[in-house]
Amino acid sequence: MEVALNWYLGLSAILFSIGTLGVLLKRNAIVLLMSVELMLNAVNLTLVALSQSMGDADGQLLVFFTIAVAAAEAAVGLAIVIAIFRRKLTVDITEINLFKF
Amino acid sequence: MSHDLLVRLILLLPLAGAVLLGVLPLFMPALRRREGLIGTIGTSVVVIPFAIATYLFVSYGGDPVTVSYFTWMEAAELSVDFAYRIDELSLIMTLIVTGVGGVIHLYSAGYMHGDPGFWRFFAYLNLFIFAMLNLVLANNLVVLFLGWEGVGLCSYLLIGFWYTDLKNSAAANKAFIVNRIGDFAFLMAMFLIFSELGSLSFDVLLTDAASVLSAETIDYIVLLLFIGATGKSAQIPLFVWLPDAMAGPTPVSALIHAATMVTSGLYLLARMSPIVLETEVVMMIIAVVGALTAIMAATIAITQNDIKKVLAYSTVSQLGYMFMAAGVGAFFVAIFHVLTHAFFKACLFLGSGSVIHSMEHVEHDLEHEGEDVSDFDPQDMRTMGNLQEYMPSTGWTYFIATLAISGIPLLAGFFSKDEILFKAFEYGYDGNTYAMFVWVVGVITAALTAFYMTRSYYLTFMGEERWPLADKIHPHESSWKMTVPLWILAGGSLVTGFLGLPAVIKDGKWNWIHHYLGANYGGPVAEASVSAHVPGSLEWGLIGLSSAIAVGVFFFARSMYLSQGIAFDVSLKERLGGLYELWEHKYRWDDFYDNVVVEALINQISRDGLAPFDSKIVDGAVNGLAGATQESSSLLRRIQTGVVQNYALALVFGVVLVIGLMIFGG
Amino acid sequence: MAAAPFMFFLLATVSVVAAIGMLVARSPVYSALWLVLNLFCVAGLYLTMNATFIGVIQILVYAGAIMVLFLFVIMLLNLDALPQLEEIDWGMVAGFVLGVVVLSQLLYVIASGFDLPMEAMGASAETGSAESLGIALYTRYALHVEVAAVLLLAATVGAVMLAQKRFE
Repeated sequence: MEVALNWYLGLSAILFSIGTLGVLLKRNAIVLLMSVELMLNAVNLTLVALSQSMGDADGQLLVFFTIAVAAAEAAVGLAIVIAIFRRKLTVDITEINLFKF
Repeated sequence: MSHDLLVRLILLLPLAGAVLLGVLPLFMPALRRREGLIGTIGTSVVVIPFAIATYLFVSYGGDPVTVSYFTWMEAAELSVDFAYRIDELSLIMTLIVTGVGGVIHLYSAGYMHGDPGFWRFFAYLNLFIFAMLNLVLANNLVVLFLGWEGVGLCSYLLIGFWYTDLKNSAAANKAFIVNRIGDFAFLMAMFLIFSELGSLSFDVLLTDAASVLSAETIDYIVLLLFIGATGKSAQIPLFVWLPDAMAGPTPVSALIHAATMVTSGLYLLARMSPIVLETEVVMMIIAVVGALTAIMAATIAITQNDIKKVLAYSTVSQLGYMFMAAGVGAFFVAIFHVLTHAFFKACLFLGSGSVIHSMEHVEHDLEHEGEDVSDFDPQDMRTMGNLQEYMPSTGWTYFIATLAISGIPLLAGFFSKDEILFKAFEYGYDGNTYAMFVWVVGVITAALTAFYMTRSYYLTFMGEERWPLADKIHPHESSWKMTVPLWILAGGSLVTGFLGLPAVIKDGKWNWIHHYLGANYGGPVAEASVSAHVPGSLEWGLIGLSSAIAVGVFFFARSMYLSQGIAFDVSLKERLGGLYELWEHKYRWDDFYDNVVVEALINQISRDGLAPFDSKIVDGAVNGLAGATQESSSLLRRIQTGVVQNYALALVFGVVLVIGLMIFGG
Repeated sequence: MAAAPFMFFLLATVSVVAAIGMLVARSPVYSALWLVLNLFCVAGLYLTMNATFIGVIQILVYAGAIMVLFLFVIMLLNLDALPQLEEIDWGMVAGFVLGVVVLSQLLYVIASGFDLPMEAMGASAETGSAESLGIALYTRYALHVEVAAVLLLAATVGAVMLAQKRFE
């Protein structure tokens, strides 16, 4: 039995879906951001798997950039969470509704 | 020199003058008081084009020259060039416009002396000359229309020149609005021509139109053009603006409302004469309307006491004569009358301006003496009299012009008016019954004309002085700037008639204007052909008849007004009774318009019909739309919960949809 | 059982368990720790694919830097578990259903379209090496690296601006 590409892809799909569920279900803003990281991670896994499968390094370079952007996103996202927390004293995403009509 | 440059100069000099005089003093108030400078610039930008036009006239070879400067607009089949046409007709008109215009500019420098709007006045006048030259030189209907609207605008600006008086503004508005009706018809004519012919250029219009267009189309085109002309040239039913237009300064009345702009309707018909001749029905309408206008305005003129109003109605009446000529197919005679009329009517108006000017000084002196001058009207002939003694130049020139317009033999008006009457008679003699009617009306009008003009002269310049304190206060002759133009125009009134000697003399070979303009001799103005010629003896008889009428009426009116003065007006009123009253009230045209058109049609319809329509339906639609938007958005906004996860939910739902579509959608 | 599939199944199972753990943990600190475990597992998976550079970066940046940042914020804000919801939130039910649908769709796509063997995987250890990626990054993608650097700088400045205490 050889390790096949779809195993990795399947695992990636499962992780991605768990990340999606996290985004949709978790109420803690920080955990929400973590779920986003998980989704990015799942996508990275796909990219690396396909890159290795095809013997092309470009996919891994893309992952490199994804990680860089993910770092930036996490930094800004967490800073926003801090700013909101200062104001509303909560990180419950259902109570943060500044865009309500 | 090339025509290109010369025509450019003719057109651009007045425009440059208008811009220079209109814009510079706006920002440099010190310039406004430099009357000498402004007057010199304003006059020379009209006199120089006159000189150029004279050169063009002398060097004219006989073939129309067209110059095209640039394409104004181009859209599908429509292509309009800024093109100008030099031929006999436009040359004559250009000479009249710049010649008479130049003289009137000189006069204005004297007349408007001391007016705070001196610079503005000259800017408007120059702009008017520019627009008028566009009108007469245009080689297509669009450029002509540009000029047509341009002169309308300048007329509006100049009638309302003393705009602080509400009455003047109202008169300006009236002129503008009434003209709009005619302009609308003109526009429709243009649309019709373009849709039927595909071109608005005179090159095509004057050569092909008569053969290409159907008779019915020509009927409509000419009728619409004529309605346009009735607006600008003050014919029934759109003449009502012209008498009110006398609210403007007198040089304006002379230039715009007597010599040039009001004749542009005639010019239009003469320009389009090859087409106009194709439609007998509309020709008849033109002739009859012209005749009715002529006699109506002449009868009103008898009853007027305002010296300018008399001349205004006289202008309407003379324009009626010109339309009579056009209606019997004698367009060159109409232009001939335009020419002579430009001289004697401008002379009369300027003379009246001179009189008004000095009467204003009388008013001023009276005020100085401590008299109550609130009722004093410097334009009312009833307060004048014996001015000949104090203002000899004005008096003599006015007298000459009066004789000319009355049709006293050998003066300008005699030849042109007689030619119109003769052409009407000849056309009637040829079997067109309506022309006979026109002739009869024309002869009666000639008698009336002689009567009211003689009346105006003798009331103003002869008899006793009727202003208060007449023994202490005396009017004075105007300055040379005003009398020189008067003498120039009076000279024109004396001699211009010889340009069109009647057919009985040397078989019409000396009728220069006919040979110059007439299509039979290679000119641009077509004329009706008549098969049955009037015998020479009969023609001599007609000339004798009109001469006798003119001279007889002149001496009758002279003796009456010399001996009785204004008292004769009273006895005339008693003798004529209701008829006189009708004339005095101007046939109640203004009442008719006020009551029927303005009140009943416009006010009633707009107040009871259109206003509710506007507030209920038009506004209702707009407000309803706004309300519906508001309602629906207040419902829709509930979607915006502000919770991030709801948005994420929608996003994932979209992802699911897209993936589903990609999987199952083929 | 061969070594490679065994490693894969081990790491995959742990990573899925860790992800679910992150999802169900009530305290954010536990969530973060579960995620760290997940990230380590994924790094291990990269190594099984011979993507050594990315695997190391994953541990350094993700597990090392980003997750420390998360934990740091959690502790800075002194967050506890949020109180349990009393009633059913229909948005959450819909979210759960949608998540499951997304999973099934993705698996369906993978099962139907990507039935490929991982043939090049063993042979191309070179592809994922730090040397080959580094050469590509600093030659062909030099500009992109610079842009990423500027982005990180901007994010740093932005984060400082957003999070700083505003003194009245």
